[in-house]
Amino acid sequence: MARQGVVVEPYQRLKLEQVEQIHRASLAILTDPGVVCFNRNAAESFGDHGAEVISIDQGAAACWLLKIPEKIITDAVQSAPKVVKLGARDENNCLILDGREPRVRFASGSEANNWLDVDVETFVSKRDPGIEVDFPVFRVEKGTVDRLARAARLCECLDSWDSFLRTLNIQDDDITDDNKDVNKFFASLNNTTKHVMSGLTELSQLSNVVRMSEIIAGGEDKLRENPIISFITCMVKSPLQLINDTTQKAIEIAKRGIPLVISSAPQGGSTAPIREEGIVAQINAEILAGIALTQLVNKGTPVLYGSVPGRAGMVDLYDSYGVPEFNQYNIDCVQVARYYGLPCYSTGGVSDVRVPGIQASVERLFSHILVTLAGPQYIHYAFGLLERTNTFCPVQAVLDDTHIGMVKRFVRQPTVTANRISESLEQIRRVMGTSHKLYVRFVRSALHSGEIAPPYPFEGKDMVDETLLRARDRMEKILSLPPPHIAKEVVDKVFQEVPGLLTRLRN
Amino acid sequence: MTEDILALIKENVVQGRVTQDDEGLEEEMVGQPGVSELTEKALAQGISPDDIIKRGLTKGMDIVGQKFETKEYYIPDMLASAEAVGVAMEILEPHLAKSGIKSKGKIIMATVKGDLHDIGKNIVSILLRGAGYTVKDLGNDIDPQAIVDAVREESPQFVGLSALLTSTMIHMRDTIQALAESGLRDKVKVIIGGAAVSEEFAQSIGADGYGADGFEAIRVVEALSVQ
Repeated sequence: MARQGVVVEPYQRLKLEQVEQIHRASLAILTDPGVVCFNRNAAESFGDHGAEVISIDQGAAACWLLKIPEKIITDAVQSAPKVVKLGARDENNCLILDGREPRVRFASGSEANNWLDVDVETFVSKRDPGIEVDFPVFRVEKGTVDRLARAARLCECLDSWDSFLRTLNIQDDDITDDNKDVNKFFASLNNTTKHVMSGLTELSQLSNVVRMSEIIAGGEDKLRENPIISFITCMVKSPLQLINDTTQKAIEIAKRGIPLVISSAPQGGSTAPIREEGIVAQINAEILAGIALTQLVNKGTPVLYGSVPGRAGMVDLYDSYGVPEFNQYNIDCVQVARYYGLPCYSTGGVSDVRVPGIQASVERLFSHILVTLAGPQYIHYAFGLLERTNTFCPVQAVLDDTHIGMVKRFVRQPTVTANRISESLEQIRRVMGTSHKLYVRFVRSALHSGEIAPPYPFEGKDMVDETLLRARDRMEKILSLPPPHIAKEVVDKVFQEVPGLLTRLRN
Repeated sequence: MTEDILALIKENVVQGRVTQDDEGLEEEMVGQPGVSELTEKALAQGISPDDIIKRGLTKGMDIVGQKFETKEYYIPDMLASAEAVGVAMEILEPHLAKSGIKSKGKIIMATVKGDLHDIGKNIVSILLRGAGYTVKDLGNDIDPQAIVDAVREESPQFVGLSALLTSTMIHMRDTIQALAESGLRDKVKVIIGGAAVSEEFAQSIGADGYGADGFEAIRVVEALSVQ
């Protein structure tokens, strides 16, 4: 049994003809101007399979211009699996991502530096000191291993949160580049039984992370059958550059056959054209180049088409997630990924503002609804992100869970059948025979079976918006539950075999 | 035997099943007797109306109330159960006088002149019946004089007036004035409700009470009953 997500009737922003135009434009980009590659192994691999490789002078760093022919791309799209399994400690929480099916799952994301706590303070009216109101105030803390673990525990208990993509950049004093990977993966895996995804900070730590995952999954073969972890590699620096470090990580991960997101995040207006067709053609070329490399290294490597197109804010050139174009770019990418039949790792649910509130709700709901309607297999960034992606707020994540639950109800496919129509006709006839002519009694089975939405859980009763306070109560209740820790003997083995783990993370 | 049937009445109130055709919360209950059939059966077996009310219907509604408090039940559940109790009370009504049991009170309900909206009024009527009151529902778009006539004929303790529209709420004032002009105002308590009206409006037109929703309407009626 896998997590079901929600199947949508996909919103087709682009006509098929336009998708094909984008595809052809991407192929054209891959040969002219081509892709700049800073990784020798990648350049050689492309060269061995028919790409034109031209050494170019870019100062100190060795680099090559790759002109990638259509055949390499066509072969890669063909050999990349159409169905990718993201496993989980509890196999009921695994995700089966089928690139041909518009079934959407929701994940967190980013590696935010900040954790935003919500405190409650009582304020007294200046006009009438008898009036006191509890109000949320915000406190910025830095990301730590402990807070990452708390986020994973929230993920475990929130129904719409399908997969834990590390939410925080852990910045404890005893965390270094050399022990960061093992600790972030362990803190995550030890606090959620859902799928764990993360980037890799140091290539030297890949073996340790994989060994840890093998022990937790029950062995090398078990990890292959049930890949409880996966990696994100941002090997592309837009526009059209494969950077040395992350490209090498992608190569090594692909060799091991672990699921891998090939992610590109161009910014329309700065590192990509601002027009829809331009940025989508470019990001598609960038992702296809990355996917092609994984297939050249190890045919059949499970990959996700990682589209994270953004738009530059016109005031400061920061990413702007609240603008309508963000949704248009992302929906287009989902359609292009579906054209290839590849599972799409898409983007939605971020807001530009620093604290939860009206702007945050409006901006994130736009993309939660619209990108979900497009039908990607996996939406990352969907929980708790504020201040673009710099801040993770656990209370916001609780709100997002509820709101995504509402979106899932909204987008699910209609259930009109002859049988249900007969039942409705019977209801109508029965109610018309009563004096009160009310259908309320027929609501009950739908209400209690979960067929219809429950009341909004954070609504206040008085003339004060209590949403954040109630969401905070829910968060605290969840965090007071016992964490779903890994069995002690397994943890002991992990600590014996994997170096660098902080002893305070032991159960 | 008596205990069994009273337990079934209680359970069917909790399930909100009026008749055997109702599914309640569990589909497999369809076809089994509901509160109305069980009430008839209990009477046929000689069980007193007092026992049916206190040990069957009221106990069931107590459980429903608890489930509502803990948010296991919502308004539709409450209404379904209240409707079942109301139907049982109608069946019991002819037997109550013989048994010396008095109704908790009689209430005339009406949506005022010019207003066709009766959902709120119907919900309040169901809840009042479920709470043990005798309800005479005049319907909607009811002229003040028709309400005066009904009060004269039925001698209720309460009149409940409903209005959804700001353009029709003024007829609540007209109705209260008509009751006063007919010398009946001090014979009944008038409570009002509906989307257009408020506590302040109720006070301004001389109503005795205001219910913001069906449950508050019952609380207001109960409070006015003991005055």
